[in-house]
Amino acid sequence: MLTTKAPKETRALGEALADLAHAGDLLVLAGEMGAGKTAFAQGFGSGLGVETPITSPTFTIVREYVGRALALHHIDVYRLDSMQEAGDLGLGEMLDEAAVMLVEWGDAILPALPTDYLEVRITFGDGDDDRRIELTPVGAAWSARRRSISETVAPWAHDAGASAGGASDPC
Amino acid sequence: MTPTEPHADATTRVLGIETSCDETAAAVVTGGNDVRSSVVSSQVDIHARYGGVVPEIASRAHVDLLTPVIAQALVEAGMADGEVDAVAATNGPGLVGSLLVGVSTAKALALVWGVPFVAVNHLEAHLYATLLEDPSLELPALVLLVSGGHTLLIAMEDHGRYRLLGSTVDDAAGEAFDKVARYLGLGYPGGPAIDRVALDGDPTAIAFPRAMRGDGFDFSFSGLKTSVINHVRKHPEATTADVAASFQEAVVDTLVDKARRAAREMGARSMCLGGGVAANSVLRERFLSACVEDGFHGFLPSRAMCTDNAAMVAAAGWWRLRADGPSPLDTGADPNLRLPLAG
Repeated sequence: MLTTKAPKETRALGEALADLAHAGDLLVLAGEMGAGKTAFAQGFGSGLGVETPITSPTFTIVREYVGRALALHHIDVYRLDSMQEAGDLGLGEMLDEAAVMLVEWGDAILPALPTDYLEVRITFGDGDDDRRIELTPVGAAWSARRRSISETVAPWAHDAGASAGGASDPC
Repeated sequence: MTPTEPHADATTRVLGIETSCDETAAAVVTGGNDVRSSVVSSQVDIHARYGGVVPEIASRAHVDLLTPVIAQALVEAGMADGEVDAVAATNGPGLVGSLLVGVSTAKALALVWGVPFVAVNHLEAHLYATLLEDPSLELPALVLLVSGGHTLLIAMEDHGRYRLLGSTVDDAAGEAFDKVARYLGLGYPGGPAIDRVALDGDPTAIAFPRAMRGDGFDFSFSGLKTSVINHVRKHPEATTADVAASFQEAVVDTLVDKARRAAREMGARSMCLGGGVAANSVLRERFLSACVEDGFHGFLPSRAMCTDNAAMVAAAGWWRLRADGPSPLDTGADPNLRLPLAG
């Protein structure tokens, strides 16, 4: 279990994780409204070298950004109502060679997504700006990176001893 | 006028088509400012039960609605098919599936009728909504464009010459209204719902943060949304009316404060409001008082011109046709299209 105390820390965590990204990767962002999914995405994008501002994709569903080596497809499925609509977006086809895909509320449309992904689940903590973040690799591509994930996120694993699972596990 | 002439004049009749989000609209405008007809068929009822615009539903509804909406716009303008001189359609920004319906229809009509096709930027069209209603508007003007997808401060120096002074770094103002309304259980669209409920609330009840106030011309509304959620979680006893009024106050305060500072800095003669959030009653009142206090010619669009419509698309299309000629028929829909800015 990881913790952040401000949106800028959630951004910094996203930025650090971007170093581990490979072409064709998928990240599923889960968490209630206001949890900090877009903040994570902003940090992740800046870690990929995206220089244009990353804003909420809620209105257009999909926003695309150019990074240093990898492009970023930033998607928000908040407005989608059915799996049919998620399927119509063709998210699987969007995962091309030179891009990483980040899907906000992606946990709601898992059947429409590839089966290899990193789930980033953000929940509210005790204080207004406190957040708990759980990273769960699903499938071979991300599971193989468990160790480097743990090393990368160590600065945010404040109470690593207290909780098991997620990335604090000897990943 | 023959189809090969690129320019437009006072007699040029433009059919405008708008399908970028949840309104299906068609209009005929002559000479860039004489609105002969303007028909808008809203999908708000269809989307209300989902709490927002659902893209696939939107594009299917546009397919069903567009042909009768165009037919009605032509009838109301007293025109037969093919009597227009150009067909303009919004090609971005917006939902890609929805945009494609309007763009493809416009191209097909332009081909069949043998008239030019003009691709119109939705944001530029909003700027022309202002000029349609107040052709004597003095430039340069500061335009605050606020909707579900955009929060922009634009310096309009002249026709087709814009500078972007600021925009949101996260959520659009209208998106914050929609999300907060949904969180408070007020339904969709969120703007009118909050406007209504806030009438019974105290705008000073809760001191929500004014993010980035005094700090440049960019906006941030994501933190405000989170503050509302935090407040409601901690104070379940707070009345919805007070939360709505205090939230609305924080948004309006930030928007008006930045707009008047931007207008002073750019040396504007006028200040205009545009976009769906421009229908908000508190924003209208506060924006106009700021204009009066600071000595700017202020302009508030009618509520019909705040929301998406095709008259503004036809008007912007007329100006683009006059300035640049027809758009190539391979012009696509671009969901992330940006405002063409002066170099």
